[in-house]
Amino acid sequence: MGFEVDVALRRGERTIAASFVTGEGVTALVGPSGAGKTSLLFMIAGLLRPDAGRIIVNGQVLFDDAVNVPPEHRACGMVFQDHRLFPHLSVNANLRYGMAKGGDLPGMAAFLGLEPLLGRMPRSLSGGEAQRVALGRALLSGARFLLLDEPLSALDMARKGEIMGLIERIRGDLGLSILYVSHDPREVERLADHVVEMAAPQ
Amino acid sequence: MTLSAQEADILILSLKVSVVGVLAAAPFCLLCALVLARGRGAWGVILLDALVHLPLVLPPVVTGWLLLLAFGTQGPVGRMMAGWGVTVMFRWTGAAIAAGVMAVPLMVRSMRLSLEAVDPRLEAAARTLGAGRWRVFATITLPLAMPGVLAGLVLGFARSLGEFGATITFVSNIPGETQTLPLAIYSALQLPDGDAMVTRLAVMAVVLSLGSLVVAELLARRMAHVAGLRQERFHGL
Repeated sequence: MGFEVDVALRRGERTIAASFVTGEGVTALVGPSGAGKTSLLFMIAGLLRPDAGRIIVNGQVLFDDAVNVPPEHRACGMVFQDHRLFPHLSVNANLRYGMAKGGDLPGMAAFLGLEPLLGRMPRSLSGGEAQRVALGRALLSGARFLLLDEPLSALDMARKGEIMGLIERIRGDLGLSILYVSHDPREVERLADHVVEMAAPQ
Repeated sequence: MTLSAQEADILILSLKVSVVGVLAAAPFCLLCALVLARGRGAWGVILLDALVHLPLVLPPVVTGWLLLLAFGTQGPVGRMMAGWGVTVMFRWTGAAIAAGVMAVPLMVRSMRLSLEAVDPRLEAAARTLGAGRWRVFATITLPLAMPGVLAGLVLGFARSLGEFGATITFVSNIPGETQTLPLAIYSALQLPDGDAMVTRLAVMAVVLSLGSLVVAELLARRMAHVAGLRQERFHGL
C-alpha cells in the first residue's frame, strides 16, 4: 500500500525527477520551490505525462511503459492550491459533480461542516470554506488516494489548524493514502508518516 | 407602425430563414470553434481557420455561386439530395443555407473566444473527479462558454438577416419563397412607387439589427463578467 513513484519529465532546460516508495498513511512531499512538486502530483493524477518511469498507487499500476490510465479512471482525489471549484455550480452541485454511486453527501457535509454552505455559490465562499468544499468534493468522488497540493497555503492560522484536524481524521477514519505537498515544517511534523524530499531540478 | 399582410409575410420569411440557417450551422460552428480554440498551430487548423473565414472576405456573389455549384442539380451535394427527393434550389431552405453559411465566420469567432476564455484548470479538476472528455465539455466547458456561444448565435442571426448577395445568386428573388427583407427592399427600389415600402422595410431592418446587436452586447458583457469573476477568484494563484 502507498505510493511507488519513479518518474522523469523534461520541461525545457530542466528535468523534474522523483523516485520513492512509501507505505500507508500521509506522505509529505517537501522541497524548494521549482523542484516540481506540483508537477509530480499532476503526473500521479494523470494530468501530466511523464517522459518515462512508472507510477503505482496502492498496488495498481497507473503509468508505465505500457499503461497510461486516463485521469478520470485513476480514482484520485486531487485538492489543488487554488481549490478549482466550478464557478457556475452551487456548493451542493460541486460536491455532487464527481460523486461515486452510493456517495454519502449529507454524511460528508456533516464530517467537513459544510451544511450551511450547500446552497451557496463558490464565489461567495471564504478561502477556508472553499478549500473544505474542494476536499469534500475530492473525497466524495470515490477516491482511493488523495493528492493535496498545499491545501493550507492560502489560509490563516485558525483555518490551517481546522483543516489539518480534518486531514488527520481522514487518515484515521477513511484510511486513505495521502500525498501532501507542503512548505511548512510544522504541518509536516504534525501530519506526515513519511517524508519525501525533492531536490531542485538539474 | 402596423404591417401590411405582404410586409408581415416578408418579415416572417426573413426570420424563418435566419433562425433555421443559424441553428443548422450552430453545431458545425461550435465544432470548428472547439478545434480552433484547442488545436493551435497545426497546419490543418490554420487551413480550417482560413476556410471558416472565407464567407467574411469573399464577395457574397462568389459564395452564392459556390453554393450553386455544390447544391445545383449537377453539384455533388445537390445530386446526393436529389437521390433523397430533396432540393433546396429556389426554395426557402436554400435561402436558409446561404444565411447560415454567411453567418459562420461571426459565430465561430465569438464561440472560439468564449471557449478560449474557459479556464483549463477547471477542466483538469473535472477530469480528476472522474469525468471523461465529453462530460467535461458538456458540464464545464460549454456552460462556462455559454454566454459567448449565445452571443455568437445572435450575431450570426443579425448578419444573416442582412444577407443579400449570396442569397440572390443562389436561390434568386422569389416573393413568398426566397424573398427575404433585403431582397424585398431591393425589389421595392425597382418599383416607381416603391418609396414608402422601402422606407417601412428599411425601418424594420434597422430595428431588427439593432435589437440583435444589443442582445449580443449584453451577452458579451455577461461573459466578461464571468471571466472577471474568475480572475478575481484565482488572483495570484
